[in-house]
Amino acid sequence: MSQQDNSRQDDLVRLSAAEMADKIRNKQVSSRELVEAELKVIESAEPSIQAFLHISKDEALAQADAFDKKHASGDTEGLPELAGVPIAIKDMIVTKGIETTAASKILEGWVPPYDATVITKIKAAGMPILGKTNLDEFAQGSSTEHSAYTTTHNPWDTERVPGGSGGGSASAVASFEAPVALGTDTGGSIRQPGALTGTVGVKPTYGGVSRFGAIAMASSLDQIGPVSRTVLDAALLHELIGGYDEHDSTSIPKPLPSIVKAAREGQKMDLKGVKVGLIKEISGEGFQPGVQARFDEALKALQNMGAEVVEVSCPHLSYALGAYYIIMPSEVSSNLARYDGMRYGLRVMPPTGTDQTAANMMAATREAGFGDEVKRRIILGTYALSAGYYDAWYGSAQKVRTLIIRDYENAFKQCDVLVSPTSPSTAFKFGEKMDDPLTMYLEDVATIPANLAGVPAMSIPAGLSDDGLPVGFQFFAPQMRDDLMYKPAAALEAALDQARGGPMLQSLKTPWLESLAK
Amino acid sequence: MADTLMKFADAVKKYDPVFGLEVHVELSTNTKLFCPAHIEFGGEPNSQLTPVSLGLPGSLPVVNKTAIDYAVKLGLALHCDIAEWSQFARKNYFYPDMPRNYQISQYDKPLNGNGYLDVELDDGEIFRVPIERAHVEDDAGKNTHVGGADGRIEGADHSLCDYNRAGVPLIEIVTKPVEGAGARAAEIAGAYVRTIRDIVRALNISHARMEQGNMRADVNISLRKTQQDPLGTRSETKNVNSFKGIEKTLVYEIRRQAAILDKGGEILQETRHWDESTQTTAGGRVKSDANDYRYFPDPDLVMVHVTKSHIEELAAHMPEMPRERRARLKAEWKFSDLEMRDAVNAGALDLIEETVKAGTDAAGARKWWMGELSRIANEQGVSLEELSITPHNVADVQNMVTTGKLNDKLAKQTVAGVLAGEGTPAEVVAKHGYQVVSDDGALESAVVEALDKNPDVAEKLRSGNMKPMGAIIGAVMRATHGQADAKAISKIVIQKVRQG
Repeated sequence: MSQQDNSRQDDLVRLSAAEMADKIRNKQVSSRELVEAELKVIESAEPSIQAFLHISKDEALAQADAFDKKHASGDTEGLPELAGVPIAIKDMIVTKGIETTAASKILEGWVPPYDATVITKIKAAGMPILGKTNLDEFAQGSSTEHSAYTTTHNPWDTERVPGGSGGGSASAVASFEAPVALGTDTGGSIRQPGALTGTVGVKPTYGGVSRFGAIAMASSLDQIGPVSRTVLDAALLHELIGGYDEHDSTSIPKPLPSIVKAAREGQKMDLKGVKVGLIKEISGEGFQPGVQARFDEALKALQNMGAEVVEVSCPHLSYALGAYYIIMPSEVSSNLARYDGMRYGLRVMPPTGTDQTAANMMAATREAGFGDEVKRRIILGTYALSAGYYDAWYGSAQKVRTLIIRDYENAFKQCDVLVSPTSPSTAFKFGEKMDDPLTMYLEDVATIPANLAGVPAMSIPAGLSDDGLPVGFQFFAPQMRDDLMYKPAAALEAALDQARGGPMLQSLKTPWLESLAK
Repeated sequence: MADTLMKFADAVKKYDPVFGLEVHVELSTNTKLFCPAHIEFGGEPNSQLTPVSLGLPGSLPVVNKTAIDYAVKLGLALHCDIAEWSQFARKNYFYPDMPRNYQISQYDKPLNGNGYLDVELDDGEIFRVPIERAHVEDDAGKNTHVGGADGRIEGADHSLCDYNRAGVPLIEIVTKPVEGAGARAAEIAGAYVRTIRDIVRALNISHARMEQGNMRADVNISLRKTQQDPLGTRSETKNVNSFKGIEKTLVYEIRRQAAILDKGGEILQETRHWDESTQTTAGGRVKSDANDYRYFPDPDLVMVHVTKSHIEELAAHMPEMPRERRARLKAEWKFSDLEMRDAVNAGALDLIEETVKAGTDAAGARKWWMGELSRIANEQGVSLEELSITPHNVADVQNMVTTGKLNDKLAKQTVAGVLAGEGTPAEVVAKHGYQVVSDDGALESAVVEALDKNPDVAEKLRSGNMKPMGAIIGAVMRATHGQADAKAISKIVIQKVRQG
């Protein structure tokens, strides 16, 4: 292949999803060319990044060809704006015909017979699926180190974690292996990896995006959302996957707000009339100085564009982590009961010499199939739900949850959006927090409250900390008003890009792209 | 080891039995409780599945609104308080027939609570059974154990799982402790479950066939010395699946527990099973180390909201309840108590009603269904409903009898023809040329001939002794090949003998 072709591919994969979509519409590039370009990057980057558990090359090419054919015959009118743009999917979301494991040994080899609702929508939009991305087993972790298969590396420093649980999707998007991806966020699994890899990650309103086909971790907290390099891309993907779904009882039977419109509005960098609430309880102590510094600067940038900043108090947020670590494992213990070797996935027969009963087979399968962190949470949750403990643990945690919901309701009476740093620290080194679950759990201290309250939240890059690693800036909005956070987020992105002279990811060293260009 | 039993009469003299029933009724919705999988009895194993009913990763339940409507109707029939907001909870336990390893049921916020059911006993007495709750839940699949004796898990070398039943909607109707039943405990329990069956059939919300497992009951019973004493320790006999079984379980458990208490022993709180072959209950799991089900609200399902206006709408369209209907029909039809009870027990009420509606008299309709047709059904070992004759056919035949077109014998032959598939009564009559000889001249000469041939009989008749009339009628019938009307014959005979 000629030098020129390669450099063109390098440029292509650096485009945002919206820009790729423009080129497709103008017939400057085909969906197949985009898929081929991304597959080349994946091939080159995977040895050092390891974002993918499964690359669905044949399916992606077939989907691209099908789209291109339709496009050529003019049958793509009315499709969403991202039509034909490739995407990566967190392996927590079921894809018909493509192995889906939740990064657990217990689901090794399981090929779902159905598509998640979001996948049905992705396919209907003609978006080729590049593959399934890595995660902490059953989305339980904050570093992706709990994957049963592989460790994903942070493209900013491959000695460091990409965050978790959605480290695979975040790293894939940051390293240009995919323009956009889907994640799931139960306590920060989209936003915290977004912060640690310099990408955009959105947790929509609970009930705003169908959970049908998202493998359940903690049903009352789980939410599927977009991972991207720009706020506009996230908005485009969010609108594409969102909306009421009759297959999800907790789906909200109301139309989505105009998210894309809000993001485009924000790009004008005018925030007059926007009230930003600074949550007293999520900042300062426990946050790395470099993280706090970027956060403060970003806040100033918002003010410079006309936003009014007020300090608000959410007094019960200090109990959020405690309540989360009761509710989440309780639901985990019940949701993961179905993995018993009876119907699908791994089956381990009891050791010889013991009774070959169903009960012993289930025990042997679960012993072999689940990792330590998953077992830890199943045990915690089983205990918290036990007779005699239920009221003290689960009951109290639900009360805290109600108080946190009220805190947010009160705060949103004073402002349009709330803000905080996304994560207390930048990306940490492999193994640094593996032996200390409590420190690992603290990674999500700023992201968990949104899941408990069901409100939307997103993380966008706020620059690099003193250690040269990305920092995330988090917005929260009221329930079903996801649009409200997209406007200031897009404005902040534009202001920071302007000050920097381009997107933050421009400064990422990408040897896997350079080797392609050679 | 065989249980020691006390005589039932002694047991209920010495002890006051208190029982409670948990009746599971399978709803006859087209699809399952939480997904659109089709429900059909006797389908190929594992052919009625969706990702949801198989509990596949990522699948989510969505409540079947029809099932909730059915449950509200039952709640109304049981005089329950219907909750505008009720909630599904997860009951967690591992078992191979449970695809998710938790059952979705209702726990502290059931749909129906605090009702009662008036049960009519054989002697017409009404007993009020208090009802604690009637909640909705999904059924488990079915395990078949292979290689052991009698399909038991003990000694089996492998088991097969069929998940067709997994997710089928159930209503569990739980009584409060039923007190004051005394010696009639078993009778009341049986009548209660039969009444539930009649109600769910009237509501058209369940096939309610016990033999197909559409209905099954858990029977709780305890004894105490007097009605003033606190409740004793109970035994729970699971999954009894016949009316007789429920009654026999209660009688057996009363006798067994009385014998234990009489010796100063203690009742184990345990789960037992009714064994139809030995007509005994057998002990199983001791309840003290029972499962901790770790109930908690199912986060996959929003609360079930049934608005007041919707409840009122359902209430406005409730069909007549079986007891009220029976009282009305009995009065309309002028049946005696015994005739009514027989008709109910034979399951002939609907058939008689349809027959009457088709335009004939109730006494005639009853005579056919409870007489000739019951006999034939019994002979063939089928239910009345399964006979290949419609209420309309029966009404036609009866009307031909009333108008004198057929006599009893021809009518029975006509019914036989219909049952044999020869067509409608009119077609059968036409095909065989059945008709009563109503030509008086022909009948008269046949009567005269018969009287002449039987001078002894003729003599008795002339002297006013009408007893041997049958002999003359029989002779005339033979002469006319059964096509004469017996009444018409006797009229002519009387004329003739009076004439001298």
